[in-house]
Amino acid sequence: MSGAIVDEVLASPGGDLVIAAASPWQLARRRLLRNRVALVMAALLAVIVTLCLCAPLYAHHIAHTHPFQSSLDATTIVNGKRVPVMVQSTEGLGLGVTPIGPTWDLHHYFLGADEQGRDVAARLLYGGRNSLLIGTAAALITCTLAVLIGVVAGFFGGLLDGVLSRFLDLIWAFPVYLLAISLSTVLIARGISFGPFHLESGSLLLPITIIGVVYIPYVARPVRGEVLSIRRREFVEAAIGLGASNWRLLWNEVLPNVITTVIVLFPLMLAIDMLTEAALSFLSIGVQAPQASWGTIILDGQDVLYTRPAVALAPGIAIALTVLALNVLGDGIRDALDPRAKLRRTDKES
Amino acid sequence: MRDRKSRVVVALVAIIGVVATGTSSARTTSHRGGTLKLLAKAAGGTLDPQVNYTLQYWQLYQATYDGLLAFKKAGGSEAFKVVPDLASGYKLSNGDKTWTFTLRKGIKFSNGQTVTVNDVVASLRRIFKVKSPTAGGFYSGIIGASKCLKVPATCTLAGGVSANAAKNTVTINLTAPDPEFTYKLAVPHASILPANSPPNDAGTKLLPGTGAYYFASYNPNKQLVMKRNPYFKEWSHDAMPDGYPDQITQSFGLTVEAQITAIENGQYDWTLEAPPADRLTEMGTKYAAQTHVETLTAFWYAPMNVNLAPFTSLKARQAVNYAIDRNALVKIFGGPKLAVPSCQVLPPGFPGNKPYCPYTKNPGTTWSAPDVAKAKQLVNESGQKGAKVTVLSSDDEVNKAVGVYLASVLNQIGFKATAKTISGNIFFTYAQNTKNKVQINVQQWYQDYPAASDFLHILFGCESFHPGSDSSINIAGFCNKPINDEMHKALKLEQTNFPAANQLWAKIDKQVTDQAPMATLFTPRHIDFVSKRVGNFVFSKQFYWLVDQSWVQ
Repeated sequence: MSGAIVDEVLASPGGDLVIAAASPWQLARRRLLRNRVALVMAALLAVIVTLCLCAPLYAHHIAHTHPFQSSLDATTIVNGKRVPVMVQSTEGLGLGVTPIGPTWDLHHYFLGADEQGRDVAARLLYGGRNSLLIGTAAALITCTLAVLIGVVAGFFGGLLDGVLSRFLDLIWAFPVYLLAISLSTVLIARGISFGPFHLESGSLLLPITIIGVVYIPYVARPVRGEVLSIRRREFVEAAIGLGASNWRLLWNEVLPNVITTVIVLFPLMLAIDMLTEAALSFLSIGVQAPQASWGTIILDGQDVLYTRPAVALAPGIAIALTVLALNVLGDGIRDALDPRAKLRRTDKES
Repeated sequence: MRDRKSRVVVALVAIIGVVATGTSSARTTSHRGGTLKLLAKAAGGTLDPQVNYTLQYWQLYQATYDGLLAFKKAGGSEAFKVVPDLASGYKLSNGDKTWTFTLRKGIKFSNGQTVTVNDVVASLRRIFKVKSPTAGGFYSGIIGASKCLKVPATCTLAGGVSANAAKNTVTINLTAPDPEFTYKLAVPHASILPANSPPNDAGTKLLPGTGAYYFASYNPNKQLVMKRNPYFKEWSHDAMPDGYPDQITQSFGLTVEAQITAIENGQYDWTLEAPPADRLTEMGTKYAAQTHVETLTAFWYAPMNVNLAPFTSLKARQAVNYAIDRNALVKIFGGPKLAVPSCQVLPPGFPGNKPYCPYTKNPGTTWSAPDVAKAKQLVNESGQKGAKVTVLSSDDEVNKAVGVYLASVLNQIGFKATAKTISGNIFFTYAQNTKNKVQINVQQWYQDYPAASDFLHILFGCESFHPGSDSSINIAGFCNKPINDEMHKALKLEQTNFPAANQLWAKIDKQVTDQAPMATLFTPRHIDFVSKRVGNFVFSKQFYWLVDQSWVQ
């Protein structure tokens, strides 16, 4: 994928074969647009992202609730009657206060309330914003650092490759969740300080950084392998023969060929990062209250799982749909960018 | 056909009758034997009665260890009475500074060894040697204690404790009269152990006791087992009555939800844990007969570090008190049947309690509603608006929910608050250590004994504040000299005039509440959920359910 023009044979409306000139990116786009499953998942992802971005609109103008403020004395309207959001039991010994369940009315606690009397639907949207933000930012950190490390290690080789590869091995040696949990547990109490930079314990940047770092080897290793392979290709040898500098080789020959690997891995990393964030937040070592993420809402829902399962189910379903969409879309992008991979798979299967 | 149908109905009614009678008799007829199966989420740490400071094991020590004196094993407030236990009685002399105890004869430890006065002396020394958490607080009045506190390993309590083997007496000399000393000798930290017990925390090692039961095995990852003490003969029903079950076990590891289900299914008999909020309604309706709700002399509070911004400002602390909706917290705790809003330190009905609530819409004796407008005004006046605050709480369901609620309130009145939870295993000591810079946190305090000083002096006295230590129970770091002097005056007055001392404690309660080193949240009630087969549920206000006094069928 060095940017050269590639010809593709297309059928014209009249039935004649037409030779059309198209760049590899155009070809990939065409292939992606022909993949209906991937398109449906892209549309689903777009809907989820749009809904989450509209969280303030929903909370302030439709539901009229404050998703981060405890509202234990709040009331709402169900079937035209004003009722308390937290319902006190009056039967038997009169023990227990249960949050209201889903009303299926967009204006009044659509998905019910949590144990603090907060609107679950509004929190779900706000939580989605944070989950998507953390996932995206962490995936960007992972991919950026991984490309840097992978390209430098693969291209320059020697001692530098040895040091960087052992560094990747070191991170790889730890089970990834264990490493993320350990780092979060230690850093969540005090934050991180790097000279003048300080990340406070409640900051979203903390889970972003931790998740971004622990997955670096998962991208850096394939990138390094790709660079090692590209380094020996004829067009690189030719460029070296023409006297191209290292910088020029990297920028013009190696990076453009590596970038497709990263593009394929990015949605998959985003999905994995979102799952990790949910796990950390569920363990109280990710996003800190009063901020919300899908993981923290599942944790909140655990306390009312017996009476109000919707509180935990809703973010669970949201995570499942988002991760499914990202994985299928990632597969679609891979097939679009590297159709030979699909052919290889089909050959093997047949 | 009709005839046959009616016969079936009669048979069914008869079966139901038999089952119902059987169930009822299981709960009402006494039964000696069987295994009482208790549950807890996790073990309670060291099993050493002179070191452990958890309600979890203090409850079990009631059936396993004795002191010279004991709180009466009885239901309700009767349990606050102190009765002779291993001592048959005591005499006061030297202006109430010398206590002479006569030891009962013929009592044996669970290893068969006879209890002697030497065991008593060694046990009192051991309180200091093992650095018991209350060594400084409860027993510093014994002559020689100050030296023992400085160098625990060589503690002799010379001049403070002596034995007379011929007369079978033990004498304790105090530096000053202490009217609360009987209480202090009746708590588990003053348990009498064999003189050859290790001079350090026994941890999971099982120490012989004199109670009706002994600890037979302890695996903190799995189970604690108590069996009948083969050498036990009841010498005082009030102090150490014989128990009903042959064996008592406490198993660890199940989640609270699973524990409640196991008890509902009759697989286990009781859980130490507070039931999850979403199971309360079910317990109060379907299992009402198995659910026991009792009032407590305790309080939930949020200590605010008076030595750390923003709570160095009195106005900032008072603002928090005004803003808190105690009714909302009562809802988090399970509703008005399980908690009562409160503003002051001393719980209702406790010695020295005089109802007082300045932090409410209509200040007076009871809390009615939050005054958020006043709270916002106070935050503005304090100059702390926008200050960052972290609310710390333990990670269990209710504590976490209270922490999240407090963060929400702080944000509402102008602070920038976040809620943080840490594991319940380390929370209590973490919050006490000033090095961790905890600004505000969620705490509970349950009385050690029925005296106002146990709340006011222990929690807010200068002597309880030890910067940099994990054992600094004055978590707010509140040390107000005039108020502390008043506390000492009240402690001294207790020696001569208890009612007058309680009047003074009421005044101190008001002064501490006004200074707001904490926000009092509510007075909790206690829920015990037992299985169908548990009968004779006796709740002592001092040590809660008397486990061994219940029988199982």
